[in-house]
Amino acid sequence: MNFLWFNLALFFELLATAGFIVFIVRQNKRLFRYSYWILVTGFVFHTIFLAHGYYAMGTAPVLDLKSALSFFSWSIIFVYLIFQIKFRLMVLGSFVAPFASFLMILSSTMPWTEGPVKPIFKNLWLTLHVGTIFIGNGLFAIAFLAAIMYLLQEHQIKRKRLGSFYSRLPSLATLDGINSYSLMYGFPFLTIGMITGSIYAQYALGTYWQWDPKEVWSLITWLFYAALLHERLAVGWRGRRAAIMSIICFCVLIFTFVGVSLWLGGYHSFSSLGAREKL
Amino acid sequence: MTRILNIGMNHLSAPVELRECLATDADNAHKALSYMRSLDCIRESMFLSTCNRVETVVTTDSIDKARASIIGMMSRLGDLAEHHFSSCLYTFVDLDAVRHVFCVASSLDSMVVGEPQILGQIKVAYAQATREKTSGVILNRLMHRAFHVAKRVKTETEICEAAVSISYAAVELAKKIFHELKGKKVLLIGAGEMAELAARHLIRQGVSSMVVANRTFERAVELAEVFRARPISMAEIFAELLEVDIVVTSTASPEYIIPYELVRGLLRKRRNRPLFFIDIAVPRDVQPEVNNLDNVYVYDIDDLKGVIQFNMAQRQQEALKAKRIVEEEVVKYEKWLKTLAVVPTIVSLQQKAESIIEMEIRKSSSALGDLSPSQVEAIRTLTRSIAEKVLNDPILFLKNRAERPTLDNYLDVTRKLFNLDKDMDREE
Repeated sequence: MNFLWFNLALFFELLATAGFIVFIVRQNKRLFRYSYWILVTGFVFHTIFLAHGYYAMGTAPVLDLKSALSFFSWSIIFVYLIFQIKFRLMVLGSFVAPFASFLMILSSTMPWTEGPVKPIFKNLWLTLHVGTIFIGNGLFAIAFLAAIMYLLQEHQIKRKRLGSFYSRLPSLATLDGINSYSLMYGFPFLTIGMITGSIYAQYALGTYWQWDPKEVWSLITWLFYAALLHERLAVGWRGRRAAIMSIICFCVLIFTFVGVSLWLGGYHSFSSLGAREKL
Repeated sequence: MTRILNIGMNHLSAPVELRECLATDADNAHKALSYMRSLDCIRESMFLSTCNRVETVVTTDSIDKARASIIGMMSRLGDLAEHHFSSCLYTFVDLDAVRHVFCVASSLDSMVVGEPQILGQIKVAYAQATREKTSGVILNRLMHRAFHVAKRVKTETEICEAAVSISYAAVELAKKIFHELKGKKVLLIGAGEMAELAARHLIRQGVSSMVVANRTFERAVELAEVFRARPISMAEIFAELLEVDIVVTSTASPEYIIPYELVRGLLRKRRNRPLFFIDIAVPRDVQPEVNNLDNVYVYDIDDLKGVIQFNMAQRQQEALKAKRIVEEEVVKYEKWLKTLAVVPTIVSLQQKAESIIEMEIRKSSSALGDLSPSQVEAIRTLTRSIAEKVLNDPILFLKNRAERPTLDNYLDVTRKLFNLDKDMDREE
């Protein structure tokens, strides 16, 4: 069953990605509508997949890298769909869908793991921790994509070589606005995610904080985003500099998410997480 | 059969040095028209010469003869050897010529596609041709249709709007920077015609307030009244730069009015809000390096021209639409041209009827005796209307068959049935 929902989600998300890419080239509104609804369909299957996983495991299905990547992809699409309702910025989909699909493809290449889940993971704090962190990550991913779009557009306007992106991308003000908006909302989610995480650590491991590599890097990520937010709000950073900074921040975040787990180890890494008891 | 021939050169086919040679003498058109009128092989003619193109449109029975004599004429007009420019000429025949004329008139063939002057220039050239009586049925119709096409292209596509105006390009850019111009503040420095145009465009887009500065304060006040703006002196510009979003400069000042260091000092105080300089002054008012500052964008007149070029490329869709309109009109014109083919036959039919009437009245005049003028008139009307009624159906039949490929057969049969060609032979 799990397998089926995952593949359906993957299939529709890839199809939507293709649609969105053709849309940005051809600029046909009808293409956007089709792609949008295909993405929504993929998102529904993805949600069913996650709900099924939650039901089967009794906790958020993020205990290995495969499911974590898929959950990351889901949260990006989730944030995008909300943004689409709020901003109605069609071209954003052409950047979000490929990114989300890329994560899904990565996820699909990894093997499925089976087996019962350790009871220690069946905890509401863990679900809260993971949920808020990933919504925050989704928002930061959108901020990252908006920053890339901003730099593309700004480059064209500054260099005065208007290319095909000039007419396809929205105005600088819009892109900067989306970047700032996603930061503003992403940061509280990240903060809450870290707090609930440490509460869960206290519950599961008996200590709030133990200088684990993942914890340290999360703190570094948090500080990076805090610095960016401060510069934006207090100093009045905007535009190019803020865009570059949010791209750097996102790279740090991705390193914390994947790199630390794969290379630096620690109790939080997926391998040592040992989510499932070996049979 | 009469055919349409168009020989010419434009900005693409010939270098400017060559076009100049033919465009220098204002009397060239007159010379060309009177020469072409004197030729036997050319029936109707028209001559257009602008800085970007030279076009001759003629109707002729012999394409080759006409072409040779037109090239000879051009070589004499421009004082050029034929081999110097013959490779730069294009030749269009019949419908291709029609299409080309339509494209030229609707400014699709212009260097700046959509520029409006060309239509006026064609109208002048056509007026001269009618004045010198070198244009006839086919060219008259062709030119009137060309004016009609130009009008359709102008109203049904957006080609013209985007192409010509610098201020349109500036506003488009501003929208790509600020998203919308509602609530934005504009500073106008200097008061040229172009600046006024840009200001008007910006106001139409909903900018909330405008400040006008000028070297002579009176002029600033004057302009401020037009736009319901606030006039300031030049010394106050720097304070205003902290507030505004868009600056339009167009002063005649030889030095930069907005130097790099000044703008750099402003950024922090402005909290990095984007600032867009539209510099339409020559020499420039804004130091070009200002563009290197973050969140500051400087476009001078050349940059804006570049944007116009880009906009035009973006109007490919519009160009396609315009091409479709041209094609539609070419088809319509072709239909009309074909009805022309039946005209000689119809005319000879009518002439034959006319001559029969004349002959029969003459024959019967002795039998009829003395008639009052009104009676003579009545007989004429009677005979003529009988002839018309009899010929009406064959004529309609021919006109309706004008577009059919079998038209020639019908014409042939008609001429034989009514023995039209024998009559002509006898006349000769």
